[in-house]
Amino acid sequence: MRHLLVIAAAIFTVSAHAETPRDFLTRFEKEAGAAASAERGARFFTTKQGGEWSCASCHTDKPTQAGRHAKTDKAITPLAPAANAERFTDAAKVDKWFRRNCNDTLNRVCSAQEKADVMAWLLALR
Amino acid sequence: MKPIIAAPLLVLLTTLALPAHADRYSVPKNAAFEEECASCHMAYPPQMLHADSWRAMMGDLSRHFGSDASIDEKRRVAIADFLVANSGGRKTGNTRDAQGRPLLRITETARFEKKHREISAATWKRASIKSPANCTACHTQAAAGDYDDRSIKIPK
Ligand code: HEC
Ligand code: HEC
Ligand code: HEC
Repeated sequence: MRHLLVIAAAIFTVSAHAETPRDFLTRFEKEAGAAASAERGARFFTTKQGGEWSCASCHTDKPTQAGRHAKTDKAITPLAPAANAERFTDAAKVDKWFRRNCNDTLNRVCSAQEKADVMAWLLALR
Repeated sequence: MKPIIAAPLLVLLTTLALPAHADRYSVPKNAAFEEECASCHMAYPPQMLHADSWRAMMGDLSRHFGSDASIDEKRRVAIADFLVANSGGRKTGNTRDAQGRPLLRITETARFEKKHREISAATWKRASIKSPANCTACHTQAAAGDYDDRSIKIPK
């Protein structure tokens, strides 16, 4: 019985850790201290900001479809949660890729506001 | 009587033939390597670079061929160990550039250059290929470690 309880507790901790795409919107809005704008997110995602790439260079400007890595040509599954249930379910993965991809496209990290805006837009896509 | 002898013989022959050919470059199973090193491109076989090259590459992932591929320290060390343990030795040909620095690209090794001598600069630049590092564009079974002539198809 004790064992069963431990297992049940372990399962509960694991599932309590799994995130949903909405959780990220909430988190970034809270960090930014302001509401997100899907419209601003769309503009941010699809325009180059001085660098060689925009987010859309690899994820396309319609992220419900699959993309391709701009340099290596490797296929990338859709980024929008409506088209890909695996997206935005793991905080470590989301933070890692925001860090890397913002560095590659902007030469700096993205602000909480920029991340909130992108989330709002991605969540609105059907 | 005959089939009883033939079956084990066939098994023996295939096991002998496989490592020498089709999957000579198959990537040893490693979850961290698959997750962290096969997201932007295919999982390159550790056997294709010298241990010194892997050490140098794994020492600076935040500026990885113009991309930020940085990971947490624990994973970085684990993957570096995996790559070094499975690296190719002198088989990779020269392992250093003219300045004595370890080569970072498989596509710059003498072995690669020798095997691809007949491919023209124009072919490498085709939109369907993009880069010599895009092995899977021509080696259709590269993901399984098979670079055999039979599975090569150069796209137009
Ligand atoms: C040079 C290509 C490239 C560019 C430019 C790029 N990405 Fe990515 N992105 C990738 C790759 C590769 C992955 C990981 C592969 C995968 O998960 O399919 C990824 C994954 C992600 C993820 C992980 C989501 C998840 O939960 O799985 C997020 C978030 C993301 N990108 C956001 C962005 C944003 C925002 C921008 C623009 C600032 C951007 N990307 C620009 C290539 C790119
Ligand atoms: C964020 C994207 C990204 C990640 C993650 C990444 N790489 Fe790369 N890698 C690249 C790009 C871009 C190139 C250059 C491709 C080209 O020139 O066509 C490259 C090239 C390489 C090459 C040289 C290919 C050649 O020309 O012979 C090797 C080897 C390599 N990567 C190994 C790794 C290893 C090992 C890891 C995991 C620690 C890793 N990569 C993770 C983006 C990435
Ligand atoms: C433009 C197409 C093309 C690309 C891209 C390409 N190769 Fe090749 N490769 C060939 C061809 C063609 C041959 C056969 C040459 C011959 O038989 O003379 C070959 C031969 C080889 C061989 C020797 C096979 C054998 O049976 O001995 C290896 C190993 C190899 N390639 C590895 C790679 C790796 C690793 C990459 C990516 C880093 C790569 N190739 C990228 C076209 C390509």
